[in-house]
Amino acid sequence: MSQSLDDLYREIILDHYRSPRGKKPLAHFDIISDGHNPSCGDELSLEVEMDKDHNTLKDIHVDCKGCAISTASGSILAELIKGKSLEEAKQIAELVKRILKGEEVEVPDSLGDLDALKGVRQFPVRIKCALLAWVTLIEGLKNYENGKGDKAVVSTEDEENKK
Amino acid sequence: MTSNITRNRTAAASPLSRFDIEKIKADFPILNETVNGNRLVYLDNAATSQKPRVVINAIIEYYRKTNANIHRGLHKLAEDATRAYEATRAHTASFIGGVASEEIIFTRGTTESINLVACTWGEENIHEGDEIVITEMEHHANFIPWFMLAKKKKAVIRRIPITVCGHLDLNNIDEIINPRTKLVAVTHMSNVLGTINPIKELAAKAHARKALFLADGAQAAPHLPVDVKDLDVDFYVFSSHKMLGPTGVGVLYARRELLENMPPFNFGGEMISEVSFDRVTWADIPHKFEAGTPNIADVVAYHAALTYLEEIGMENIHRHEMELTGYAIEKLSRIEGIEIQGPQDVTQRGGAISFTDKDLHPHDISTFLDSKGVAIRAGHHCAQPLMRVLGKIATARASLYIYNNEDDIDILCNALVEMRRYFGL
Repeated sequence: MSQSLDDLYREIILDHYRSPRGKKPLAHFDIISDGHNPSCGDELSLEVEMDKDHNTLKDIHVDCKGCAISTASGSILAELIKGKSLEEAKQIAELVKRILKGEEVEVPDSLGDLDALKGVRQFPVRIKCALLAWVTLIEGLKNYENGKGDKAVVSTEDEENKK
Repeated sequence: MTSNITRNRTAAASPLSRFDIEKIKADFPILNETVNGNRLVYLDNAATSQKPRVVINAIIEYYRKTNANIHRGLHKLAEDATRAYEATRAHTASFIGGVASEEIIFTRGTTESINLVACTWGEENIHEGDEIVITEMEHHANFIPWFMLAKKKKAVIRRIPITVCGHLDLNNIDEIINPRTKLVAVTHMSNVLGTINPIKELAAKAHARKALFLADGAQAAPHLPVDVKDLDVDFYVFSSHKMLGPTGVGVLYARRELLENMPPFNFGGEMISEVSFDRVTWADIPHKFEAGTPNIADVVAYHAALTYLEEIGMENIHRHEMELTGYAIEKLSRIEGIEIQGPQDVTQRGGAISFTDKDLHPHDISTFLDSKGVAIRAGHHCAQPLMRVLGKIATARASLYIYNNEDDIDILCNALVEMRRYFGL
C-alpha cells in the first residue's frame, strides 16, 4: 500500500468512518446547520443542544452523507466539541481550518484526533471534504450567537470564495 | 450451420483480436507513465482522451515549420498555415458524413458550440411561450445555455424523462415535442450512463413539429461512426480533445441555410467582409463565426487525430468498445457491493460506465484506485439534475477508449476488490 494512501486513511480516520460518533438524533436542539459540498455532492446536517447556561454545547448530532473523509471529520467534530463552550468550539474549528490550509499547527493532546486530518493536506481535492463539518458548525454557531433561531446553510464553495 | 457457430465462437474467444492493442498503446507516450508506482491505467476518457504521438508531433511540427496567422498574410507561411487549417475543416466535414466545409465552425469546445447556437440562433428564434426540449440526462453544457435563454425569453424548458434502465422514456414524447416546440437538444451519448439515444427518431419528431434539432455529440463522435445527414440533425456539436485531438478545439456543424441566417457570435477581425466607420458587412460562412485569431495549431493537429481514427476505422472502434464494455460490465457486476448505472445491453450504450459501491463514496473509490495507478472520474459528471433523478449524490465512472484492453479492466476490478478489503468491508 502506498505511503500516502495510508496517510490519508489513517487508522483513526477509518475508525471514525466505520463507527461515527454523534450518530444519535437529538430529542431537542437549539442549533441546526446544513452544509453541502457541491463539487462532490456531500451533505452534512448538524444539530446542537445547548446547556441551560446558553454557553456549553451539551450534545451534538452529526448526520453525514458523504465520503470517508467528510464522515470521519464530522465524527471527530462530534467527539471533540461535546461539552465545550461556544468560544472553545469556535477556536477548535478555526484550528482545523488552519491545519487544512497547511499551516504548521501544534495540536494539543486533548484534541489528538485532529492530528489525523493532517494527512488530507496531501490530497488537495479532499480538503473540502474534511472542512465540511467544521464550516457547517461555524455557520451554526454564528447564527445562534446572532440570536437567529433559523437554520444555517453553508456550502464549501462559499468557503472557497473567501480565500 | 456448424461452421457458423464455430466461427462465432472463435471470434468470441479472442474478441479484441482485430485490434492490435499493444501497437495502439505504443502510439500513446503517456501510457508508459507510472502513477503512484504503478503503470497508468487510463479510464477517464469521457473527460478527455490521451493523444497519440502523431498528434503531439503535429503541434510541434506546426510551430517549427508553419506558424503564421491565417487568412491574411500574403507570404508562404501564411498560405501554408491557412491551407493546413482549412484542410482540417474539410476533413472534419467528411468525418461526420460528408457535409460541406462551410458548414463546419471551429470553436473552443462543445460547450462553446452550444453557447454559440443559443446566443445566435436562439436569440433570434426563441420567443415568449416557445418550448425547448432537453432530456434528464444532459450534461450541464447542453442544459444551462438553454435554461438561461429560456429565462431571458420567458420560454419554457420541457424535459424527456429517463426510465429506471437509463433509457429515454418516450411514452409521452408526442406531448413533450409539440407545436410550441422550437428546439430539441439531446445528447447523442450520455456521459454518465453511456446510453446511446435514438437521435434519428427524435430529430424526425422535432421536424414533424417544425422544430430544429441539436445533438450533443461530445461522447458519440469519438466512439461511433457519425453521419449527420443520415441522422438528419440541424446542429451537431463535439470536441477534439475527447477524440485524440488537442484541447481548445470544438466543432459546430449546422446546415448551411441556418448558418447563413444566424447573426455572428463574436465581433472583430476575420469575421467581416467590409468595414467603414458607419457600416459593417459580415464575412461569408464559416468565417462569420470565427472572429479573431483562432486556435490554429490545435486545429491543424486535430487533422492528425481524425486521420488516426479513420485509419483504425470508426466501425472497428465501436465494435472494440462494445466488446470491452460488455467484458467490463460483466466483471464489475460480479464484485460484491458494486452496482452499475445505465443500460446493460452493449448495443445500446457506449463505454462510459458509471458505478457505485453500496458502502463507499465515489471519492474514496477514486482516491483508492489512483493509488493503484487507475484513473477514473468520481462526482456528478456535470450532470447534477441527472444525479437527482438517479437518487445518487455522485457516481464513479470508468470510461473506455481504443487503447484500453481486458488487462486494464482486470486491474480496475482487482483494485476494487482490494479496496473493499482495505476499508474493512
